[in-house]
Amino acid sequence: MADETTTPRAPEGGAPHSGGPGGPGGPRGPRTGGPGGPGGRKFFRRKKVCKFCTEKIDAIPYRDVRLLQGFVAERGKIVPRRLTGVCTTHQRRLTRAIKQARNIALLPFAARY
Amino acid sequence: MQRVYEVMFIVRPDTQDEDADKLIAGFEATVTNGGGTVRSTEKLGRRKLAYTVRKFNEGNYVLLTVEADGNLVHELERRLRVSEPVIKFITVRMDEEQKRLDKIKAIRATRKKLSAQPVPAPVEAAEAPAEATPASA
Repeated sequence: MADETTTPRAPEGGAPHSGGPGGPGGPRGPRTGGPGGPGGRKFFRRKKVCKFCTEKIDAIPYRDVRLLQGFVAERGKIVPRRLTGVCTTHQRRLTRAIKQARNIALLPFAARY
Repeated sequence: MQRVYEVMFIVRPDTQDEDADKLIAGFEATVTNGGGTVRSTEKLGRRKLAYTVRKFNEGNYVLLTVEADGNLVHELERRLRVSEPVIKFITVRMDEEQKRLDKIKAIRATRKKLSAQPVPAPVEAAEAPAEATPASA
């Protein structure tokens, strides 16, 4: 339920997979949360896909700040899977990489304002 | 038991280049003398730190890829901790990850061979519906 309400306002969550190929979501077509859906919302909802699976990124190195930055919120929190659409396996590896990057001061533990 | 490790450390930004080189050479010597091998040494250059470390907001990143056993890594870490210009370091074991990547690569290579044969077929199939759609419209 939670992800249905939060999907439209997920800037960090939406960014990684919109930056990727629009292909995987595109051909399948936007799926409306029609009357049959639990939410019954009228807006379009794209099926979220794992960026690492579709782009075949096997390794998630802690050194690749650019890549990791896409999965970290403004304040430095790791963005949950339900917002980014990353699969369980890759989220686990991603989390580890982010934590290692934090340790060596490549990513902040908590970004200051 | 030789394993592959990546040792990344940050040298304080106010050290001279020669001093930093000397420092890195010292760590390399520790590895080679201890029975390990240095695979590569990479200076990643000066970078802004994500948070303040020992009152520094910048640092020179150095990446050391090393083949060593546990005791040697322990010794290297001790030296990193003791040496004054190094403000932060991290050691990551890479061999398991590399093994996993090689496995994936191998699997992918075998899959490619299978898919290479029926490539012409889908091309024809793709053309057929394209002709069909104007007729229906």
